[in-house]
Amino acid sequence: MNRAGWRIVLAALAGIAAELAGLALIGTAAWLITRAAEQPPLAALTVAIVGVRAFATSKGVLRYAERLTGHDVALRAQATTRERLYQALIPAGAPGQKGADLLSRMVDDTDAVQDLLVRGVLPAIAALVTGLAAVVLGLFLLPAAALVLLAGLLVAGLVLPAGLTALTRRRAARLAPARAELATRVADLLHGAADLAAYGAGDRALAAAAEADARLAALERGQARTSALATCLGVLTQGLTTAAVVLVAQEAGAGSVATAVLALTSLVSFEPLLPMIGAAERMTGVSAALRRLREVRATPPAVTEPARPAAVPGGPLTVEVEDLVVRHAADRAPALNGVSLTLTPGKRVAVVGPSGAGKSTLLSALMRLVEPESGTIRISGTTAGGAASGGGAGADGAGGAGEEASSPGPGGAAGRGVDLRDLPSDEARRIMTGLTQDPYVFQASFRDNLRLAGPEAGEEALAEAVRRARLERWVERTGWDTVLGEDGRTVSGGQLQRLALARALLNDPPVLLLDEPAEALDEETADALMGDLLDATRGRTTLLVTHRLRGLEEVDEIVVLENGSVVQRGTHRELVETPGYYRDLWRSEAMVSRR
Amino acid sequence: MHKDLLRLIRSEQAVRRHLVLCLAAAILAGLLVLLQAELLAGVLSGRLAVTALWTLALVVAARALLGLVQGVAAGHASTAVKSVLRHRLLARLQEMGPARLTSHRSGELVTLTGRGLDALDPYLSGYLPAVAVGGVVPIAVLARLTFADLSSAVIVLVTLPLIPVFGALVGMHTKAVTERQWRALSRLGGHFLDVVRGLPTLRAFGRARYQAEVIARVTAEHRSATMRTLRVAFLSSMVLELAASLSLALVAVPVGLRLLGGTLDLPTALLVLLLAPEAYLPLRNMGTRFHAAMEGVTAADDAFAVLDGEAAASRTAAAPRPAAGGGAPGAGTAPEIRLENVTVRYPGRGEAALEDVSLVIAPGERVALVGESGAGKSTLLHLLLGFLTPESGRVLVDGVELAGPGTGAQEWEAWRARLASVPQRPHLFASSVADNIRLGAPGATPDQVRAAARAAHADGFVTELPQGYDTALGERGVNLSAGQRQRIALARAFCRPAADVLLLDEPTARLDGRSEAAIVAATRKLAEGRTAVIVAHRPAMIELADRVVRIDDGRVVSDSGAVTTGAGGAR
Repeated sequence: MNRAGWRIVLAALAGIAAELAGLALIGTAAWLITRAAEQPPLAALTVAIVGVRAFATSKGVLRYAERLTGHDVALRAQATTRERLYQALIPAGAPGQKGADLLSRMVDDTDAVQDLLVRGVLPAIAALVTGLAAVVLGLFLLPAAALVLLAGLLVAGLVLPAGLTALTRRRAARLAPARAELATRVADLLHGAADLAAYGAGDRALAAAAEADARLAALERGQARTSALATCLGVLTQGLTTAAVVLVAQEAGAGSVATAVLALTSLVSFEPLLPMIGAAERMTGVSAALRRLREVRATPPAVTEPARPAAVPGGPLTVEVEDLVVRHAADRAPALNGVSLTLTPGKRVAVVGPSGAGKSTLLSALMRLVEPESGTIRISGTTAGGAASGGGAGADGAGGAGEEASSPGPGGAAGRGVDLRDLPSDEARRIMTGLTQDPYVFQASFRDNLRLAGPEAGEEALAEAVRRARLERWVERTGWDTVLGEDGRTVSGGQLQRLALARALLNDPPVLLLDEPAEALDEETADALMGDLLDATRGRTTLLVTHRLRGLEEVDEIVVLENGSVVQRGTHRELVETPGYYRDLWRSEAMVSRR
Repeated sequence: MHKDLLRLIRSEQAVRRHLVLCLAAAILAGLLVLLQAELLAGVLSGRLAVTALWTLALVVAARALLGLVQGVAAGHASTAVKSVLRHRLLARLQEMGPARLTSHRSGELVTLTGRGLDALDPYLSGYLPAVAVGGVVPIAVLARLTFADLSSAVIVLVTLPLIPVFGALVGMHTKAVTERQWRALSRLGGHFLDVVRGLPTLRAFGRARYQAEVIARVTAEHRSATMRTLRVAFLSSMVLELAASLSLALVAVPVGLRLLGGTLDLPTALLVLLLAPEAYLPLRNMGTRFHAAMEGVTAADDAFAVLDGEAAASRTAAAPRPAAGGGAPGAGTAPEIRLENVTVRYPGRGEAALEDVSLVIAPGERVALVGESGAGKSTLLHLLLGFLTPESGRVLVDGVELAGPGTGAQEWEAWRARLASVPQRPHLFASSVADNIRLGAPGATPDQVRAAARAAHADGFVTELPQGYDTALGERGVNLSAGQRQRIALARAFCRPAADVLLLDEPTARLDGRSEAAIVAATRKLAEGRTAVIVAHRPAMIELADRVVRIDDGRVVSDSGAVTTGAGGAR
């Protein structure tokens, strides 16, 4: 058995020992008193007296040990569950990556493991063994009474929980959605406060929240009723069983010592069982949480990693996208429908188009976050295979690049380069990455937030990235070591975008991807930022996704995407002279830009 | 007992009744244990006939029934308290207005109002009954013991106070340790969620796998920190447990020896053995429920802090509500909006967000507000929406004071009924697309909704959604792009044809040029015959305006001048 298994056994043993000490304490005390009433010589009682004192002391200590070992096991189990969940979430396309609330719920689900152990499994084992011990003791004293006790324990330990669970299964299933519904209504009220106030819809939203609350309260009252019923029936079973044991013992003429010991051990043997009856309903929620976690782990990743990874070509890289088709779901129209483009070293390509045209999907495919339905993305360098082409500071050595470099990958030797599919997805993102959609600010210092894109970067490089992202004034004001993302020290949309840009510049990948770098910036800052950006990327292989056309005279090629297809391509000069989407857009922008 | 919670319980009749019932049942059931011990000791010692077992069964049944009553009443009481608190909190937050609900705080408030209040359950339905029983039953047991066997009663009387004393001593130490570690614990606990949320970013920079090690390290740290706290925290329960079990030994051994000496009879001895633990049990129950109960107290503190603490800060709420229509600006035609020396300051901030701003916006005029982000443009819109009150100066609509110290909720409602507004980041509610569009016009027909969507250039993508206008939005619904969200928000504005004032906050931010052109055209149409204030960054939007007002550091720095065009403008 592994160490985790032994820890659980140890925790269970401590729990069992604590309960048994309690049972032994009351049994010995009952024996001591009833036997003393028969006035035997004192020597006959000394063992019992020592026993009472020993059991009394050990019960408290054992309980302490039980609680500590139990919580330790539970925390370890939770840690393991979290690590496994995280591993399952690492590949792109894992579920629950959309909503923040969904993620929080998933993280909360990992607490269920703790509940399962501390409130479910461990006490159940202790209760089971205690009941058994009382029955075995009864068998020695009076088998008939032991059978009565066994029957009572079975009713309290099996029949009642099973019956109550069957009764409440439907409600337990409705409880979680009712909670979620209330949370949604409350979140709508608070996050949408401005919209509600502006449109005088606050009272309606408040009423909707009150309704959701009333529905949840009704379910919770039902739950309270069930657990009260469980307590009620448990106490009833305990009392009646004890009375029946006494009755059987009296009828059998068992004598006062045996009767007292039987009666009191029966009474106490129910104690660990009683809280378990009501716990059955809570365990339904726990098992639902565990099921959700299993589902997450069972979800296949969005992209399949190659069985025999190819080596990354060395030298300046060329990326050729050919006839790429990407479909997000089988029943939906393709997000990209036969897109081709080439990124040669040092060339800058801009992708423009209306929202929903497939611009971000193209970047996802390049970053190997989605699996193309057909078409290829090929990477070729001047040398076939070698050390990861100096992927800048971003190379943190996690993927074992050296090993891959030495293996003769399937595409490595070919003159046409490697198919992106033959590269591990981490390697693909070492080649092509940058500023992605929805950048995230971690609860960490500004420095760490930036440095995650270049763990080995020196102060000089950090400062340079900050300067080029035009973030230095803000950093001076906020401080490099201020923890972001907590206590309202949040980052505004524009600052977030600049932080993301600084990360991309610091990471300095062979092929730089920029997804709407000027998003959420005001006009003047956006113009300035785009200007700086175009300066900073001069001579670098760059793919820029944007909806603004200012400054695009500088890029080498512009690709216009609409409905997943390339509708126009060329330089700015060519495109403004051709009727079509780009010219329309340019005119509408240029017309109003003269100020 | 929590002071504010007690006040709340007193003021709500249903809560009070259920709580009293719950406590009474708990105390009564606790007292019945005495009777049960009496009967059992009687039968076991042979003092009572075997038929007394029937009485014993009846007592057990009564205890069980009281337990049921206690549990049901507790469930009613705690759900009622939660509902009341939840409702008051939400109403309070609404009064406070959107300007005070910064996005970060609102996340915490969502948790507090939702699951946070559930922490009250163990306090109300577990701890309070335990306290009630703990206050009555030990005394009753002691009285009965005194009557039966004085020397045993003395032992119990002497050891009983040890439980609260030791409990308090250990508890005080625990509290100090826990508080010291609390911050560290919550930081470590939150780390996992933080990393999971940031996974896309980590993935982009090849740091996802590296973070797995960090997670393993941090969770291990978290566990050992938690265990350090628990080692101390569980000491208190060990003391309770030890005191109770040792006291049983302290009582049982002398009783046995006295039986041996013939100075005590068996019925009394058994009664003492059965009763003595019952004196300690209620106190132990209190102790074990204390920790969970304190979380409930914290939740109550947080809730009342929002309810009371921020009431003082909000002047809008404190203002008396004048009678309806008392001075509400008359609706019907596009109004004139006049700001006179308005200064606005956010609470807790030194510099003013708007300083001494005077501005006259003529009826039907389209004003573009420009300036750097943070200059005060959005503040001005929030002022007109009534989310903020000026520190000094007045806002007049057709000469009637709108935003002043005397403006009540009803005036605001009447004024807002005339507005159509599009915020910078519109919120989409967890309901259908159609419901989202008719937010400000609940009575709108499907045709009107569709017309509004068409005007906002939203009809196209909406009809392509899986269930068209019935498609659910929000976190568990479909995801819309920023531009699509913006167009839904514009459709909301179009769905209020009666509005005669238009307030737009960068409606074309985050849109591509072609959508922008469409939105600009739509906005131009929407602004016809209305007084419009548009915060604009994009040239196309600025072009649309009759007049451009530049705001810098909370002041109007330039004004292209009021063009005295009539309604609709002459463009």
